[in-house]
Order: sequence, then C-alpha cells, then structure tokens
Amino acid sequence: MEGLKQRIQHVQDYALLSLQSITNLFRPPYYLSDVLDQMDIIGVGSLPIVVLTGFFIGAVMVLQTAAQFVRFGQTALTADAVSLALVRELGPTITGLLVAGRNASGIASELGSMVVTEQVDAMRAMGTDPTRKLVTPRVIATVLMLPLLTAMADFSGLIGGFIVSSFTLRLGAIAFWTRAIKILVFSDLMQGLSKPLIFGFILSTVGCYQGLRVRGGTQGVGRATTQAVVASSVFILVANFFLTKVMLFLAGHVF
Amino acid sequence: MTTLDTASERVLSFEDVRIGFGQGDVLTGLTFSVAARETKVLIGESGTGKSLALKLAAGLLRPDSGSVQLLGRDVGQMSEQELLVFRGQIGFVFQEGALFDSLSVADNVAYRLREERVDDEEIEQRVRESLRFVEMEHAIDKLPSELSGGMRRRVSIARALVSRPPVVLYDSPTAGLDPVTSQTIITLILRLRDTQGVTSLLATHRLQDAFGLANYRFDGDTGRVVPAPHSTNGSRAAGAATNFVVLRGGKAYFEGSPQTIADSEDEYLQRFLL
Repeated sequence: MEGLKQRIQHVQDYALLSLQSITNLFRPPYYLSDVLDQMDIIGVGSLPIVVLTGFFIGAVMVLQTAAQFVRFGQTALTADAVSLALVRELGPTITGLLVAGRNASGIASELGSMVVTEQVDAMRAMGTDPTRKLVTPRVIATVLMLPLLTAMADFSGLIGGFIVSSFTLRLGAIAFWTRAIKILVFSDLMQGLSKPLIFGFILSTVGCYQGLRVRGGTQGVGRATTQAVVASSVFILVANFFLTKVMLFLAGHVF
Repeated sequence: MTTLDTASERVLSFEDVRIGFGQGDVLTGLTFSVAARETKVLIGESGTGKSLALKLAAGLLRPDSGSVQLLGRDVGQMSEQELLVFRGQIGFVFQEGALFDSLSVADNVAYRLREERVDDEEIEQRVRESLRFVEMEHAIDKLPSELSGGMRRRVSIARALVSRPPVVLYDSPTAGLDPVTSQTIITLILRLRDTQGVTSLLATHRLQDAFGLANYRFDGDTGRVVPAPHSTNGSRAAGAATNFVVLRGGKAYFEGSPQTIADSEDEYLQRFLL
C-alpha cells in the first residue's frame, strides 16, 4: 500500500513539475541566456551523434530492404522505403532515444548534483524559483531542438541510404532523390516533425524531475541518471505508439 | 522591508515545531526565539535537526506542525512565490558553501543582485565591497573549484551579505575546516554581527565556535577581535547578546546564556563542554 502511495505521489509530482514548466512561460522572469546555453548543449552538442547514427540507420535500411526489392526487380523502391521509414518513424524515434540517452541523463545528473550540494536550496534561498531557472529553459531548449535534430537525422539517413544504394544497387542520384522526396506527403512531415516536440518534452521533464528529486548523495545521483534514461526511453516508445495512432487518424481525416 | 523597532523584538521564533521524513520526527516540538540583533547558537550532535531548523527558518522546508515566525510572518503558511520575495531579507550560509560551480566568484556573489535587476555599476561596487569584507577580492574571477574549503565559505558569506539582509542563517560554517580557517570564519561572523548589527542563527556542533562568538567582539576602530565585556547575567553587555540553544531529541534541551551552560552541572551539557 505504501509503495502504491509513493508511485501515485511520483506521478503527481511529475505532472505538477511538467505543468509548471509550461505555466512558467506565461509569467516573468525569463532566463533567455539559459535557454540559449541549453540549446547549444542539447542541440549543437547532440548533432554529431544524431547525424552519424542517422547516416548508418539509412545505410543499413538499404542493405536490409534492397534484397527484397531486387526479388521483384523494383530496386528504385528502396528510396521510397528508406524515406518513409526515416521521416515517419525511425528519424523521430531514434533521435528521441539518442537525445534521451545523452541529455535526459545529463540533465538528471547535473540537477541531481546541484541538489546534493545544496545549490538548488541556495537558489531558492536567494529568491530564484528553480523550476524557472533550471527546468523551463531545459524544456524549451529540448522541445525546440529535437525537431531540428530529427530533420538532420532524416537527411543524413537519406544520404547514407543513397550512398549504399548507389554502390550496391547502382541506383542513380536522380532516381533515388526523386523517389525519396516524391513519396513524402504533408502528413508524413507533420508526423515526423511533431512527434519530436512531444519526445523533447518527455525527455527533458523526466530528466529534470529525476534530477530534482535526488536524495542520498552521489549514489542517488547515479540512480537518478539511470532512471532518467530508462524512464524517458520507455515513455518515448509508449508515447510513439499512441502518437502514431492519433496521427494516422488525423492523416486520414484532416490532412 | 520590515523594520525592527526595539532590540527586544522577536525576529525569529519557533513554536512547537515538528517535522519528520518517514522514519519518525526529527524535530519533536522545537520552541525557541531569537531577538533583534541577537546571535543564537544552535548546538547539537549530528542528526539532531540543526540544519533542518535553519531550513525551516528560511522557509526552504515546511513544518508538519507548529509555527515558524520570521520578521512577523509565518513562513510555514506562505506560498513559495511569497517566500521567494521574502527571502530577500535573509542571508543563508550553507554548510559547504553551496556556491554555483559553473559561475565565477563574482557571478556567485552578484547572483541575487542580478535577480533583483540592480544596475551593473552598483552590482560591481557591492560585489567588490562584499568580497573585500571577507578578504576575497583577489579571487573575484576564480571559479569555486579553484578555491579551498575555507575560501568557499568566505565567498558564501559574501554572497549572503551582498543584499544587506537583517537576518543571517549560518549552517555549520566551520564544519570540516582546520582550526585556523575556522577562526577566520568566526572572526568574519563576529565582524558582520558587530559592524552591521545583523540578527543571526548559527548551527554548529563545535562549542569552541559558540564560545568564541559569545566571549569576543569585533572592534571596528582597531579592526581587531577583542574580549567582550560581560554583564551580570553572563551575556555580552554591549550590543547584541549571544545565547545558546542545545538540541536533544528534536527539542530545545537547554536555552540560555553561555555562562549558564558553563556553570551547569547537567550531565548532557557537561558532555559538550569536555
């Protein structure tokens, strides 16, 4: 019973922190320089790993799908498959998971260390609301940067796919890029670039929540870091399922 | 800002304060008060709730029951938004300094002034003034990681006094420091008390610090620490009094002047004196 109460308490605290990170947007003070710092850390800092991963995901997709399309003599369809899979599903999800691994953990350990060294209490003692100074800038930065990172992952994935298909299938640049771009419709882009907004919100709020609730010194920081990655990754995958369902519905009825 | 009319006015008072964290109460009915310009020293073994009492006084924690009154306000009943503004009147020196490790010494000290949107020229002047007070002006551009433990505490004191608060809370300011550095910190606290007349609550487990505060004063004319004259009741005659509260079992076991504790034959108090 006590365990259940604690879990409900966690859900409530997380929901309140998430809500506060949004309501803080409507009242000053604002910490613009912190938002820019975080955009640099989360966005620019994650770029190399996202681009590299996207490239190899695109490349391996061609290797896997090419064999099937060769059987039907439709190798040009490889570009369609890579493009659709990357933009609609793999780009947002892989980017979300990568940034969760890199930044949800980073946020949790940074805020957790600040909690155990009483820097968060010191901030409150000096009249600063930690949710405004620490949480909201990280949430804004992640929500803004994740769609851009996803776009970069999609693009580098297509480049990876193109390079491998040109070597293994002898597919020309015009054939690949024309098909890769033409297969995409507005709803695909909507789906691919709106999911990261939600994923960004999830991973940043989970990271902040885990960091701010650290108890028990450095061991607690380590635990919070692990939990931040695990929880945000699982939430992203679960949210992805429901978002896909909603977006496929919207694609059929609205767009 | 609240003004203090008489020296005897209560600036801070705890009334039957209880707080616990799952495994029973840590404070089980703490009651004591601090008058204007008084220095109250909270003494107790580790885990008796000294730091908790300070955090309750600043509204960083809320009591499970009882009331904590500071400058005429019940801090336990105030919203976090009200408290954020109210804490402008409190300086808090944390146990390990709690300096922001990504900011330089200057930015740490200037933090509160920047939050209050004070203009840059005044910030510069007040930061230098505060750092000069703690004799750390030379380290203005350093990062906290480049400072020793004692230097970090001094910067922390500078950060607490930069907004000229009427009340300063010190959480074990000499814990983990060598005797010489501890003495430097105590001298700073004496200086702040005797030159600026702040009301303070200081938690410590080191009785020598407590007696140092009670038996000495800072002479502003000579810039030296000199023995304080004593009144008949044992507390300092001139200026603010220094009194002790000994915590035991989550309550105030003893509250009174240094002389009374020194003369006491109580076994538990004697343990502290040895």
